[in-house]
Amino acid sequence: MGRQVAGRVRGRATIKSLFTYSQATALRLLLLVLLSMALMTLDHRGNYLERVRALVATLVYPVQALVHLPVSAGSWLGENLASRETLLEENTRLRSQNAILKGQLQKLISLELENMRLRKLLDSSQQVGERVLVAELVAVDLDPFTRQVLINKGSLNDVYRGQPVLDAEGVFGQVVHVAPLTSVVLLISDPSHALPVQVARNGLRAIAEGTGDDTRLALRHIPNNADIRVGDLLTTSGLGGVFPTGYPVAEVAEVRPDNTQPYATVVATPLAHLDRAREVLLVWPDDPAAGLPDPIAEDDR
Amino acid sequence: MRKKGPRGGKTILFTFIVALALATVPLPDWARPFRPEWVALVLAYWCIALPTRVNVGMGWLAGLTVDVLEGTLLGQHALAYAVFAYACVRVHRQLRVYPLWQQGLAMCVLVALELLLVFWIDGIIGRPPGTFLFWAPALTSALIWPWVFIVLRDLRRRFSVS
Repeated sequence: MGRQVAGRVRGRATIKSLFTYSQATALRLLLLVLLSMALMTLDHRGNYLERVRALVATLVYPVQALVHLPVSAGSWLGENLASRETLLEENTRLRSQNAILKGQLQKLISLELENMRLRKLLDSSQQVGERVLVAELVAVDLDPFTRQVLINKGSLNDVYRGQPVLDAEGVFGQVVHVAPLTSVVLLISDPSHALPVQVARNGLRAIAEGTGDDTRLALRHIPNNADIRVGDLLTTSGLGGVFPTGYPVAEVAEVRPDNTQPYATVVATPLAHLDRAREVLLVWPDDPAAGLPDPIAEDDR
Repeated sequence: MRKKGPRGGKTILFTFIVALALATVPLPDWARPFRPEWVALVLAYWCIALPTRVNVGMGWLAGLTVDVLEGTLLGQHALAYAVFAYACVRVHRQLRVYPLWQQGLAMCVLVALELLLVFWIDGIIGRPPGTFLFWAPALTSALIWPWVFIVLRDLRRRFSVS
C-alpha cells in the first residue's frame, strides 16, 4: 500500500520504469531461490558440490587468514618475548616428559611388533601402521549452532572427506569439507555425529551420539541390564569404517537404568578437549607406507 | 552531476569483506549466539542506498560466501539473503525517510525474516537449533543498526559511491 502511494506522488513518468524494474528484480529473486534450492538439495543428498565449496573457500581464505592474524601474531609474540627462565623451566619439564614418553614408547614398539607378528600368524587383514599429521585450529567462528572447527590443512596435504581427527587425549571429530588450504572438522559432540564405540573393559559395543554440549556424549540403546559402569573407558570400535580401532573416546560419567524405559540413560564425557584444543592430529588409517619399518617383511626374508 | 554511471565498486566490496571478517571473528562461547548479522546489515544498507546496484544478486553471492565460511548447507544463507535483499529493496523508499531508531525496528523484522528462512531450512534437514537464542541476532542487529548506517553513509559520501 505504502509503496503505491509513494509511487503516485512521484509522478507518472517514473512509474513505468519502476514497475518493470521491480518486476525484473522479482523474476531474478525467483530464479535465485530456485537455484538455491537446487544447490541445497545437491549439497544435502551427497557431496556433489565439494568442488564449488572448495573454490569459494579458497577465494575467502584471505579473509579467514586476516581474522586469524591477531591470534597467530599473539602466540608468535608470546613465544618470542618469553623470558629465559620460563623457557629453561619449560625445557626441563619437556625433557623429563620426553624421557618418560620414550620409555613408554620402547615398550609400545615391542608390543606393536609382537602384535603384528601375531596378526600375521592369524592371517588378519588389519593393519597397524598409521600416518599422522599435526594441524592447527584456525581462530574463526563457524555456525554457532553446529559443533565445527576450521583447521589449517587441506587437500594440498592429502586431507580427505571423512578423515578421522584426534587430539592428544582422544578422538576429536572427522573432516566434513575439504578446501586446498583449509578443512572443516565436525566434532564428535555435534548432534548429527554418531561414533561406534566399545567399552574397553568388556568389549560391549554402543553408539556415542553428540548432544551439542562439548562435555556430554549420549550412548543410545544400552539395555538396562548391560554391564557398563561409571568410569568405564570407551574406545573406538572401528566398526563404522571411519575411525581406526582402539582410540580412546570418552569416559562414562553417568549410568541411569530406568525400568519403565526399554533402554538405560548413559552419558559419557569426551576425553578430547573439544572446546579448547589448539592443535589436532589428522590420521590416515591403514596406510601401509607409514608407521614403523615393516618387521613382517624382514621376517619373510 | 559530474559523472554518470556506477562508481565506488571497490568500496562496496571492501565493506562486504569487513562484514565477512566480523561474521567469523572468534567470540567467547556465551557471546556467539548474540553476534549481529553483519553481512545482512551491510547488504541492507547498500540495498537502501543503491537499490539499482546492490540487490538480490549481490545478496545471493554474499549468502553463498557465508555458507562456505560458516560451514552451513550450500545455498541456505544464499536463499535467505536474496529474499532479505528483495524485502529491503521493496521498502527502501520508506526506510530512507524513517528516523534511525525506526529503521532499527524495521531491521529487527527484516533480520527476523532472514533468520526464519535459515531456521526453516535447518528444520527441514533435521537440525533445528533448539534454543530461543537463535533469534538473538535480530535484536542485536537492530541495536547496532544506527552505527552501521552512519559509518556506511560516511564511507559512501567520502568515496562518492553511486
